Amino acid sequence: MRRERVVITGTGVVSAFGAGLDACMNGLFAGQSAVRAWSAPEHIRGLDCRVVAAVPALPPPSLPRDLRRGMSAMSHFAWLAAEETLAGLDAEARRSTGVAIGSTLGSPATLQLFFDEFLQSHDVSGIRSMVFFKVMGNTVASNISMACGCCGRQVAPCAACASGLQALGLGFEAIAAGRETRMLCGGADELHLLTLAAFDRLGAASHHADPLTASRPFDTHRNGIVCGEGAGLLLLENLEIARARNATIQGEIIGFATNSSFSGLAYPDADSVRLCMAAALDDAGLVPDKVTYINAHATSTEAGDMAEGTAIAQLFGASVPVSSLKGLLGHSLAASGPIETAACLSMWQRGLCLPTANLVNPDPRCGTLGHVIEPMPMPYGPVLKNSFGLGGCNASLLIQPYQEK
Amino acid sequence: MKRSTIIDIVNTALAEEFELDAAALTPETHLRDDLNLDSLDYVDMVIVLEKAFRFKIEDKQQLVNIHTLGDVYNFIESMRDQGIVRQEDQERSA
Repeated sequence: MRRERVVITGTGVVSAFGAGLDACMNGLFAGQSAVRAWSAPEHIRGLDCRVVAAVPALPPPSLPRDLRRGMSAMSHFAWLAAEETLAGLDAEARRSTGVAIGSTLGSPATLQLFFDEFLQSHDVSGIRSMVFFKVMGNTVASNISMACGCCGRQVAPCAACASGLQALGLGFEAIAAGRETRMLCGGADELHLLTLAAFDRLGAASHHADPLTASRPFDTHRNGIVCGEGAGLLLLENLEIARARNATIQGEIIGFATNSSFSGLAYPDADSVRLCMAAALDDAGLVPDKVTYINAHATSTEAGDMAEGTAIAQLFGASVPVSSLKGLLGHSLAASGPIETAACLSMWQRGLCLPTANLVNPDPRCGTLGHVIEPMPMPYGPVLKNSFGLGGCNASLLIQPYQEK
Repeated sequence: MKRSTIIDIVNTALAEEFELDAAALTPETHLRDDLNLDSLDYVDMVIVLEKAFRFKIEDKQQLVNIHTLGDVYNFIESMRDQGIVRQEDQERSA
């Protein structure tokens, strides 16, 4: 099997801080929270969460009608991120670019519109042509392929909150194997009552009222996720292709692994997480003590943080710095992995490692970890990024600063 | 129901649905070549016309020869003449 080097040459983000990588990174590096207070509409009963990390209102996409008619909010976010990521890439280069973009669901807002009408009328004759294009599982990948003129392979991994990081891994594997030379990869999701309600009823949504401290990864007093939305995309390229066009290389992907947990639909287990991280290390040809920083998935749930923390402690001990960005960002679901990977690139660029916000009393049940609780100098070396999804899907990606070798 | 009323209703409905300039629409305007409507848009065009004129097009084969806005106007007129589109409903819509 060929093993081409794969580098990162573009990033784009839409987050609860707004559109653009800079908006997100400037917020994070300033220690600001993107989490806001939220109230369920009065007619909705049984929902207890009071905070969200929603994307602020954005202008509609400046695209011809035929290219935006199949876009729900998640594709809109992804298109903004894609154009930021692909800036400088001409039409011919875009045509040879593949797309791997995942989301946890097709558009839940569109599904709601369908059933609102259908359950009233039991008549489908008025269903608009674009409904299915917004709810199908590859809605984001297909919309972005069309809108951005990308004609390489179209992949739409669906692995719940690991979808975005899994997309990065699948893009990496396709380029490393010599099957593609350039891939636009990442994840996107739109916030909807369905997601809020699902996490709330599973006991996985934060019930803290103060937006600033509602998400507390690894903290003893954490009690759940702050649900969010957004899009995070990275442009991955074969090194030689990137060098030939004098692209700015922001980092290199050196390893990836994804596996499944058999412990239960909703409960990640430390063993499968450890195995996933170990497999990513094997893929990169690294031993654990070469990893200089771990950007954890750590969503602020009791079970998830315990499983991940325990696995990190078992594999890496307490010497590797570990932090989660969800204390400030909330959890943007499929977008979270790519957004947080982009943040790791920014940490190298700015020389500053971001801490886990709101981590005051580390939960000893999460293992003894090298928690980053204050900003510190960013190690300029390999970084492990984790994402895990409901349904037992794990993904781990290893990146490192680019060196010519 | 006058033809001019039919034209107003059709133009208003299609302009809103497909983001068109209603003032620029003429009977010769070609749906595909001038307005860039495709087969998916035709699905939605039928829905908005059914809603605007409060009738159902049961046999979609009737639509295969509709290429211009003039064809649309003529089709609605034929529906009117067959009594499928009722006069009072059209006037209320207008």
